[in-house]
Amino acid sequence: MTAPNWEIGGRALGSRLLLGTARYPSLAVLQQAIHASGAAIVTVSLRRESASGRAGSQFWRTIKELGVQVLPNTAGCKTVKEAVTTAEMAREVFETPWLKLEVIGDDYTLQPHPFLLVEAAEELCRRGFEVFPYTTEDLVVAERLIQAGCKILMPWGAPIGSGQGLNNPYALRTLRARYPEISLIVDAGIGKPSHAIQAMEMGYDGVLVNTAVARATDPVQMGRAFGLAVAAGRLAYLAGAMLTQEMAEPSTPVTGTPFWHSAPQEPTK
Amino acid sequence: MIIEVNGEKKQLDQQQVLAEAITHWGYECALIAVAHNDEFVPRSRYTAIQLQDGDRLEIVAPMQGG
Repeated sequence: MTAPNWEIGGRALGSRLLLGTARYPSLAVLQQAIHASGAAIVTVSLRRESASGRAGSQFWRTIKELGVQVLPNTAGCKTVKEAVTTAEMAREVFETPWLKLEVIGDDYTLQPHPFLLVEAAEELCRRGFEVFPYTTEDLVVAERLIQAGCKILMPWGAPIGSGQGLNNPYALRTLRARYPEISLIVDAGIGKPSHAIQAMEMGYDGVLVNTAVARATDPVQMGRAFGLAVAAGRLAYLAGAMLTQEMAEPSTPVTGTPFWHSAPQEPTK
Repeated sequence: MIIEVNGEKKQLDQQQVLAEAITHWGYECALIAVAHNDEFVPRSRYTAIQLQDGDRLEIVAPMQGG
């Protein structure tokens, strides 16, 4: 694991990749994919447990063995009440105040419900949670979440599980420009490592990926690819990219090359 | 008395507190969290909640999530 270089939610971590734990072919593959990705944060959830079923305990033991930070979500919640109750249950079971707050407003796109999200965030910040709100790229909703007490925002790139990448780069760049002090993580819609690099090059603090890794032909290799992509994108952001230009500019110095012409020539026949 | 657990109706023969019912049904307290009639109940209060006929419980455990 890389030396800690990212401060998020009061913790210093060595990777800016957050990995979801759902939809993997098996627990063993999940474990290997997390390891290969180098992710320091993994998202987890709560489900109804039958008294006879012990699926939950086996999963939780596997995650604990990896020694990564867990980020419980409120997946499936559609009301403030459901989200707050789920958050409280998650805080007790996972022993962390960290919470990926999801309040869904539309079943087809799984778009966050902006009004209920803000309301739930206000209540959970009051209750001492470190809220990671899953939100849209909307600037005004972002402002309200910050006013509610959120120090981290997780705008979507595209609908959950769609793999479309960053559908609205302009709005994501705007969020980055307007909130330099807020930790911004692109959550949802990332399909390929190139999408993750794009977000990181924009100056995003991190990227959360699940389906892109879990549903790859080889989730372990893809986990590694995302780990490298996020690190590469971060380095590129810190390095500062060149400005794009309309016309070519020779990279080899032209002065003194054979057949050197001091002025542009018309094409010869 | 009928208690709805995770959407399924379960029979309890006698008055019980939440802690007794959870053990009776075979749950391990360290691995679950409980909501009683939509309100979160911390583990420290399992012995204080007296179950009533028609109560609803959500009993959840860690699962994979994105």
